[in-house]
Amino acid sequence: MRSGENKPIITADDLTARYGSNLIFSNVSFQVNRGEVLVIVGESGCGKSTLLRILIGLEKPSCGRVLFQGNDIVNSGEDVLHNYRQNIGVLFQSSALFSSMTLNENIALPLTEYTNLDTETINLIIQMKLGMVNLSGYGNHYPAELSGGMKKRAGIARAMALDPIVLFFDELSAGLDPVTAVELDELIIKTNEALGTTIVIVTHELESICKIADRVIMLDKTAKGIIAEGTPQELKENSADPRVRSFFLRQLPQKTAQE
Amino acid sequence: MENLPQQPAAYRITHQLQDAKLTVYLAGEFGIRNLAAFVGDINRLLVAEQREISGIDLDFSGITYFDSAAALAVIRVREETPDKKIKFSFVNLNEEIRDIFSVINNKGIARRPTKAIKPREGILVQIGDTCFLLGRDFINMITFVGELIYALSYTIIHPRSLRSKDVLFYMKRAGVDGLPIVGLISVLMGLIMAFMSFLQLKQIGANIYVPSLVSFAMVKELGPLMTAILVAGRSGSAFAAEIGTMVVNEEVDALKTMGFDPIRFIAVPKVLAAMLVVPLLTLYADLFGVFGGLIVGVTGLDLTFNTYIVQSMKTIKVFDVVTSLIKAAVFAALIAGIGCQRGFQVRSGAQDVGKYTTSAVVSAIFMIVVADSIFAIMLHYVR
Repeated sequence: MRSGENKPIITADDLTARYGSNLIFSNVSFQVNRGEVLVIVGESGCGKSTLLRILIGLEKPSCGRVLFQGNDIVNSGEDVLHNYRQNIGVLFQSSALFSSMTLNENIALPLTEYTNLDTETINLIIQMKLGMVNLSGYGNHYPAELSGGMKKRAGIARAMALDPIVLFFDELSAGLDPVTAVELDELIIKTNEALGTTIVIVTHELESICKIADRVIMLDKTAKGIIAEGTPQELKENSADPRVRSFFLRQLPQKTAQE
Repeated sequence: MENLPQQPAAYRITHQLQDAKLTVYLAGEFGIRNLAAFVGDINRLLVAEQREISGIDLDFSGITYFDSAAALAVIRVREETPDKKIKFSFVNLNEEIRDIFSVINNKGIARRPTKAIKPREGILVQIGDTCFLLGRDFINMITFVGELIYALSYTIIHPRSLRSKDVLFYMKRAGVDGLPIVGLISVLMGLIMAFMSFLQLKQIGANIYVPSLVSFAMVKELGPLMTAILVAGRSGSAFAAEIGTMVVNEEVDALKTMGFDPIRFIAVPKVLAAMLVVPLLTLYADLFGVFGGLIVGVTGLDLTFNTYIVQSMKTIKVFDVVTSLIKAAVFAALIAGIGCQRGFQVRSGAQDVGKYTTSAVVSAIFMIVVADSIFAIMLHYVR
C-alpha cells in the first residue's frame, strides 16, 4: 500500500441484502481506503459475492448505501452509476472475456467507447496492458484458446484498460494451480504498488490473503455480517473469535457441548 | 459386458441364549448385496427370542466382509428393537469395522431436510401461479420492448455507436448462411403447390391459372411466413442461446460494470441485422417458390417458360411485393427481439439456456402467426 493514503474512497454504509425472504447479511459497514488492498473473506455462502455485486453496482441492497468519493451509487440516478463504472475495473470469477472477440478486441472495447484516441494509440495501450500481465503476443488469440490463468490475466488487462481508480476481483485464484496463483498475487501487488490502484478482492485463498492484503474484512454466515476487521497478521494472531481463528489457522471450529 | 452374477454373498447367523442374554454371532460376508436377507434373518431371530431376554450382544468376530450399508442396517436393527429396556450392544468389533461405523453420521440421517419439498398445489393455486407468471412475462416483455426501442432510437441518432461489424456478422449468420435451406424449402413449396393445384384445376381445364396461384400464395403469404419460421428456428434460437450463455459466463455482468448497455451492445446489432436481411431472404424465397412452380408448369402442365413467367407477373403487383417485404421486416424484429429477450432471461446453468432457447422459438413462431393475421386483416382494408 502506498503510504500516507488513508482516505476512504468507497464507503459501505449499513448494507443489508436479502434474497426473497432469506437474509444474507445486515448492517454491513466498512470503508475502502485509497491505495489499499482490501480482502473480503468468509466461508462459502456468507454473502461475499453478493457484497461485491452491490459494491460494483450490479445489485441493489435491500437497504443501505455505497458512497464513491462522496456520491451514493445505490440511490442516485444512472449518471452517477455510469460515472462510477468508468472509474472501476472488475475481474469476474470466470474472467468474463467476450468469447466472440480476440484479447485485443476485448481490451480495446472500453478504450474505443470512452476515449477519442486514434487506433494506433489504442493498439499501443493494448500492447502495454498485455505486457503488464505477461501476455505479450497473445492479442489475436480468442479466450477459448487460453488457459485458466491466462484468461484471468487477460481479464485483469481488460479491467485495467482505463486505468481505473479501484479494481475489484471475484475469487481471483479459485481453481488455479499454486504457481499461477502466486503469479497473480505478484501481479496484484505490482499493480497496487506501481500504479497506486485501490484493490478489493473477494476470496478464501488463505495464502493469497496473507500475502497481498493490507486489510481483511471477514463475513460470517451465522452472524450475517462482519465479524472481524484488521490486518491478516492481527486476525491470525490476536483474534479472540474462534471462527476467525479457525479460518486463519485452517482448523475445524471447536465443537460446542450441544453439537 | 456380462452382468455380474447376483448370487447372495455367504453369511451365517447363529445364536446362543444364556442368563437371559442373547448373543448373535455374525459370520461371513455382510454387505449391500445380501442386506435384505441378513436383516430379515436377524429381525426374525430377535422377534422369536425377545420375550425371554434382557440383553442382546451382536458379535462381529466372524465377519469377513462388511460395508457401510451393512453397518447402517445393523444400527437400524438396534434402533428398531421394540422393547427399549433390552440392552443392545455390538461386541468384538475389529478396527476395520469400527472405522466403517465411524463414518455413519446417524444424527445426520435422522436430521430433517432443511428445505421441504413443496406439496403439489391445488388447481386454483396453479392457475393463479400461471396467471402471475404470464403477467410477469408480459411486463418483462413490455419493459424489454421499451428498452429495445430506446436503444434502436439511440443508435439511429448516434449511428457511430452501432457495432457495424457485428451487424454484418449477424447478417451473414441469419441471411447468407440460411440461403441453401430457405431456397430448398421454397422450391419444394412451389413444386407442391403447383402440383396440388394442377390436380384440381385440370378437372375444369384451368391449368393456365397454376402460375398465378403459386406466385400469389408465395409472395403474399408463404414466402414471408416460411422464411420467418426458418429464421426463427435458425437464428432466434441462436440469439437466445448465445445471450443466455453470455449471461451464464458473467459476460453480460462484465458489460454492465464497464458501463455498457447490454441491450444496445448485444441486442441492437442482432435486431438490425435480422430486419435488414430477412426481407432480402423473403424476396429470395419468393423467387425460388415461383421457380419450383415453374418446374412443374414446364414439365407437367405443357406450359412454356414464357407463358408461366408472364402469367406469374400478371398476378403479382408491386404493392404485394412491398407489403411482403414490410411483413418480413416486422417478423424479423419479432424473431430477433424475442430471441434476445429470452436470452437475457437466463439466470444460471445450462438448463436455463435450453429452456429459454426453446421458448424463444415457440414464442417467435406464435407471434409471427399473430402478426401475420393482423397484417392479413389490415392489408385487406388498406388495399
